[in-house]
Amino acid sequence: MNWLIAILQTTLFVALAPLLAGWIKYCKCRLQNRKAPSIFQPYRDLIKLTHKQPVVSEQASWLFIKAPYIIFSATVLAATVVPLIAVDLPTSASADVIVMVGFFAFARFFLALAGLDIGTAFGGMGSSREMTISSLAEPAMLMAIFTLTMTASTTNLSFAIAHVLNEGLVLRPSFVFALSALILVAVAETGRIPVDNPATHLELTMIHEAMILEYSGRHLALIEWASQLKLMLYGVLIANIFFPWGIAETFAVKALGYGLLAIMGKLAVLAMILAVSETLVAKMRLFRVQEYLSFAYLLGLLGMLSHIILEASR
Amino acid sequence: MTLLFAYSAVLLSFASGLLALMMNQRQHLQEFSQYWFNKFPGCKEGFQSVIADNLDEKPFPIMLRQAVFVLLGLSGVVAILAGLSVLIGNKVITDQLSLGLPWLPWHVRFDGLSGFFFLIVGIATSAISLYGPGYVNGYDESQHPFAVLGLFTGLFVAGMLLVLLADDAFFFMIAWELMSVASYFLVAFQHENSANRRAAFIYLLMAEVGALAIILGFGVLAGFSDGFTFDALREAKLSTSWASIAFVLALLGFGMKAGIVPVHVWLPEAHPVAPSHISALMSGVMLKVAVYGLIRFCFDLLGDVHWQWGVVLLILGTFSALGGILYAMMQTNLKRLLAYSSVENIGIIFMVLGLSMIFMANGHPQLAALGLLAALLHAFNHALFKNLLFLGAGIIHHQTHELNIDMMGGLIKKMPKTSALFLIGCMSISSLPLFNGFVSEWLAFQTALQVDVLDNGVLRSLIPVAAAALALTAALAAACFVKVFGLIFLGLPRSHHCEKAREIQDQGMLAGTSLLAGLCFLFGIFPGLIISLINNVSGQLLGETLPNDAALGWLWLAPVAKAQASYSPLLVLIGALIAGCISFWYLRRNPATAIRTAETWDCGFGGLTHRMQYSSSAFTMPFRRIFAKVWIIDEQIDKDMQGAMNQDVAAVHYRLQIHDHSWPRLYDPIAQGVNTLAKVVGRIQTGNVRVYLGYSFVTLIILLWVIS
Repeated sequence: MNWLIAILQTTLFVALAPLLAGWIKYCKCRLQNRKAPSIFQPYRDLIKLTHKQPVVSEQASWLFIKAPYIIFSATVLAATVVPLIAVDLPTSASADVIVMVGFFAFARFFLALAGLDIGTAFGGMGSSREMTISSLAEPAMLMAIFTLTMTASTTNLSFAIAHVLNEGLVLRPSFVFALSALILVAVAETGRIPVDNPATHLELTMIHEAMILEYSGRHLALIEWASQLKLMLYGVLIANIFFPWGIAETFAVKALGYGLLAIMGKLAVLAMILAVSETLVAKMRLFRVQEYLSFAYLLGLLGMLSHIILEASR
Repeated sequence: MTLLFAYSAVLLSFASGLLALMMNQRQHLQEFSQYWFNKFPGCKEGFQSVIADNLDEKPFPIMLRQAVFVLLGLSGVVAILAGLSVLIGNKVITDQLSLGLPWLPWHVRFDGLSGFFFLIVGIATSAISLYGPGYVNGYDESQHPFAVLGLFTGLFVAGMLLVLLADDAFFFMIAWELMSVASYFLVAFQHENSANRRAAFIYLLMAEVGALAIILGFGVLAGFSDGFTFDALREAKLSTSWASIAFVLALLGFGMKAGIVPVHVWLPEAHPVAPSHISALMSGVMLKVAVYGLIRFCFDLLGDVHWQWGVVLLILGTFSALGGILYAMMQTNLKRLLAYSSVENIGIIFMVLGLSMIFMANGHPQLAALGLLAALLHAFNHALFKNLLFLGAGIIHHQTHELNIDMMGGLIKKMPKTSALFLIGCMSISSLPLFNGFVSEWLAFQTALQVDVLDNGVLRSLIPVAAAALALTAALAAACFVKVFGLIFLGLPRSHHCEKAREIQDQGMLAGTSLLAGLCFLFGIFPGLIISLINNVSGQLLGETLPNDAALGWLWLAPVAKAQASYSPLLVLIGALIAGCISFWYLRRNPATAIRTAETWDCGFGGLTHRMQYSSSAFTMPFRRIFAKVWIIDEQIDKDMQGAMNQDVAAVHYRLQIHDHSWPRLYDPIAQGVNTLAKVVGRIQTGNVRVYLGYSFVTLIILLWVIS
């Protein structure tokens, strides 16, 4: 039963990720006084891409062709670990939160290699920038997550979220720091404004788009889908770690239904916040990103220290 | 039986060294065999002719080389057997060898810790011996005699094994010096380049200064005990300050060998110039022997560790880890880069050892066992993947005659097997899940996360900071090895040599590398295999094993408690395969969407060349800007001008040099100090015999006065 729920959650993750992307786009368009595409547009794009014939450069090696599958699988694996509608996942035990960060690293490793494979300047530029930003973002993310795991004294995400749920609404200074750090990291890691802009192909600003410039057809579809999934994963992490209320604690159909509704509501609100911030904030210069990320790192560290100094049991 | 294995491993490596000396003795061997056959004519004809054929001029060197490496490989296999049998049996064996001086027998002790490091040496030596014959074939016999290489390789391995067996300070130091000096000759092997001689000299100097520190450390211990056997040293009762002095001396000595910042400078000099399989042994194994020495000295001989020592190790380790990887990232010489990355990994090992000490001193032996386990596992893993990467670098150098990664590129298509093996090494060292590097890093994080049990406020806030640094190190390592793999194997070839490169034909070289790659993957999926062995080590050393013995199955890794943290690489692998296969199968079922290949899109301008790709300095430019203070960056842009008024730019030359801070900050002042001191002393050396006679006379008078 547990495993069935785990598979169901993963499927939901994979199925709902494009919807979240569509919803963000919808909100952004409305905020910017533009006519919005349907929120189902990302699905149509993905289907269109999978039906196209992929064109691959003559210079490409096996790594370029296999990388999208590896990236997609690694992101899906990360999704299996994160409780979406119910806690007590068996998959959270087989890979804890550090492994989840490892899955992201895995996907990024291959994405950056794929960017270097063709031997164009854009690919190398994207890889270099992506590795720079992620190597600053990853520790910040680990710090934020360690604050949670030390509070719950487990690195198993299911147990940790259950712990937060049982504690009830307690205002912890460490969680405030960790939440801000995680939000900053999420924005950077998913390539949103102000760190990267998913909507442009300007060489001065591109990061993620530069690496995947050579991809087309189903390969592009997989990578796009994986990045939508990653965005949703960060959203769910923020929503379920810091505001876990509503998530199903038993596997009754009713509880699961409420869990699904709750997470969809939370994600919709988060997406609206993201859309507002993307509308209000301008993209920053590449070499300002380090300041932004070291601020996130500092917040994460402060969260951890305030947990240790202020909140720990002794 | 176990001890027999251990001794025979040492003897076999000695034998392989001695056999290599036969390289120049072909004539004598021929005469000897003739003499032997004449004396015992009963020998079979076939046997005689085989021997005689092999002693002919042509096949003899090849045969001898193979024989030398077979002996070395046997030594490795026997060392693995010895290590495994002592680890599985969980026993401690002692013995005495009446070698050396008559009243000073060599004491031998073979316990779990020695056995574990025997395993590391054994695996590395076996891989090297598969790899060696093909690699040394390329050397010109007149310029780089194999006798020298083979002899010192044998002695080097024997020295490392003896260090692990030693149970008294004399024997330990003899073995230690054997290891150091033999490896000096190996670094100086290609001594026709002045850079190699300089590297070898720096190495020897630092090895000897380190050895002095270790001797002094043993001396401090021996001052409080009766004798130099480790049993006597264990009994020594030291005051805290004397114990701390001994600790600092040991840390300096072993740290110099292990390559901890700031005494790491010999590593990036020595590793690039030694032959690749020797760099692999030095970086993968010898540094681990230094870690062994530190563990033996602190946890075993000194006994009661203090938490302050743990803090020192933690801070030094953090600096080494961060400094090592940041310097590694800036290198363009592949083997230099790998050497700096060893500094990083040794830093991680020291960090976790420091955590283990802190927990031990604060009365949490179970968590100390967890820390020790993470440190030993990382030592083991680093031996595997660093050997793999050095051997891979050797293959690349062998095939392209390049070590500069800015001159490589596109090798994935020319050398598919090597590239796959190297990729496994890169993924392991970047600590990606499913590979072995991740497991030890995961355990290191789990150890650091147990900080809640400590009472000391400083420690409670220091350890999370160290954990944050560890996270940064891991992320930087991934970036560094994306650069390494991407520039060497992907993209377009950046030089003529790389365009012409072909896959290596020698099966042995591929086999040695594949063995290590296979082990990297195996222990990434089934870490329980090795962890249950290490658990015995910490049981013997700390008297305490992991809190949760039962959870160490082959499937689950749950070092503290299953509710706290668990990881099951096999389930992850199965999940990854399912997800990958479904997407692969689903998306490729339609033949209408088969892949079409086309030229790379060049924005319509045409003429994409390899010079348009990102180079190493371009890839690391953002890092250079962000962490600018870490290096001494010497960046020069020169423009060649031409045309009327000399105003047109004809060519732009960009030159970038990255220097290590430790030279101007630490070593140059020391060198200057020594020079000044020498000058002061030089003043009394006038070169005049009468003055010297005067000195002797005055000394005599003073001595007579003192005596009377």
